Amino acid sequence: MFTQLLGEPFVHTALWAGAVVAIVSGAIGVFVVARGMSFAVHAISELGFTGATGALVIGIDPVLGILGGSLLVGLVLGLLSLRGRERDSAIGAVLAFGLGLGYLFFSLYQGYATEALNLLFGNILGVSVTQLRNLVIVGAVVLLGLGLLYRPLFFSSVDPEIAAARGVPLRALSVAIFLLLALTTAEAIQAVGVLLVLTLVITPAAAAQRLTGRPAVALLLSIAIALVSTEGGILLALARSSLSPNQSWPTSFFIATISFSIYVAARIFDWSRARQSRLIASPRRRMWAVR
Amino acid sequence: MSVVTVDDLALRFGDRTLFEGLGFELERGELLAVLGPNGTGKTSLLRILLGLLPPSAGRVVVEGCPPQERCHRIGYVPQQRVFDRDVVLRGRDLVRLGLDGHRWGFSRFRANDRARVDASLAEVGATVYADGPVGRLSGGEQQRLRVAQALVADPVLILADEPLLSLDLAHQRGVVDLLDARRRSAGTPVVFVTHDVNPVLHTVDRVLYLAPGQWAIGTPDEVLTSATLSRLYGTEVDVLRVRDRVVVVGTPDDQHVHHVENGH
Repeated sequence: MFTQLLGEPFVHTALWAGAVVAIVSGAIGVFVVARGMSFAVHAISELGFTGATGALVIGIDPVLGILGGSLLVGLVLGLLSLRGRERDSAIGAVLAFGLGLGYLFFSLYQGYATEALNLLFGNILGVSVTQLRNLVIVGAVVLLGLGLLYRPLFFSSVDPEIAAARGVPLRALSVAIFLLLALTTAEAIQAVGVLLVLTLVITPAAAAQRLTGRPAVALLLSIAIALVSTEGGILLALARSSLSPNQSWPTSFFIATISFSIYVAARIFDWSRARQSRLIASPRRRMWAVR
Repeated sequence: MSVVTVDDLALRFGDRTLFEGLGFELERGELLAVLGPNGTGKTSLLRILLGLLPPSAGRVVVEGCPPQERCHRIGYVPQQRVFDRDVVLRGRDLVRLGLDGHRWGFSRFRANDRARVDASLAEVGATVYADGPVGRLSGGEQQRLRVAQALVADPVLILADEPLLSLDLAHQRGVVDLLDARRRSAGTPVVFVTHDVNPVLHTVDRVLYLAPGQWAIGTPDEVLTSATLSRLYGTEVDVLRVRDRVVVVGTPDDQHVHHVENGH
């Protein structure tokens, strides 16, 4: 039953789509976490929902709507390049309005409710070959952008003042990271849905941050955790539905559960390591060797 | 030839003039302390020297080139600002950013770059904690890394903006000694913005004193006198010498200038 499912073409498409989304989300996640942009991710993805329902109303491909919605809000937030509380409240205001608008579009839309449900919670097993191709193209653009901007982006994320003093263009980079984030969000929505984007863009990077102090290792770990979560989630969902075909559980639930479990494990690992090194070492010595 | 030329520089925000007609030259190996109360443009002057803020009038030349064209590396040591505890960044990475953080792409592994980072870490005595997360270091340790970050690219000029703020006396001395050693060994001039001249008094060559709308430059003995400061402030100001320390009394915002309680 399960092995039979693994031979299905739609499963292969889903696994490839999951891999693409995981690599892109895990990679951008480390910058998002370093810049404290979790809330912005959520806002961009909810505006993606607004765009998608808007697209449904006027009868075009919702993926185009997702891209349009998230790119627009990404551009605005990037240009504002606000910090701290001001950014927080501006994002909250934009997010709430966008969601209200999305709800209006949704109620105007006469089609199937499942389509909207898939937008909110994702349906990676429903990804078509054409969609996979688009995911690969957009994903390649994001990875290329991150690769080109890696050092100045990292510099401006962890050490903005010195980066500015060295002539790193902070505002241009802020716009760039928000646009790349918007593209990533548009990808992740198709896999795990608007409401669960954070499970791939934030959770893996946040877990990786607990496990290592090395930036390059954190990047690779974040990608690895995102990969394990999506591919593991897809496989678990398939296994579950082959056990009881009448009652299948959603893939996004399994993806979110795996990434959250890894996050909790990473926190426990970090906490116990810190505790251990406090017990062993004298107060002045810290745990350099371990991290 | 001088390393830095500041010529007839003025800075105005709206109808408020912070300074005008400001001019001085910095020679190789010179240490200039920039003193004065808050809001007189000390940090703005550094931003002009970094090429981040265009002056209202006048010009700045660093080694024959306007700083905004970035022909030369300028080392910058900021105020101590504590890193987030969880930031994924080792001391070594922080210093490495000072070498090539502004370049495109990923940093490649080059033995030469690594050796420069190692040498810089050794120079400031940060080798032992270089592989630990920056966020878990003390303020003094972080500030040593800041100095290494500023020195690693062999800058033609070092700018430091209140680098001693919130450091204890031992670490204050450590940071001052590091900058002093570099300017003596490599001839790199240092501009040192501080509200308290005493930690650098023993090593400073000249002092630029920015008072509201007025300025004076010269050796500490020329500038830090009751006569000069009274003229700058337009009111009776007393400069006292208490052993090897300078105490200024009677400026309009006494509490900001040369804390008496900071003493050795």
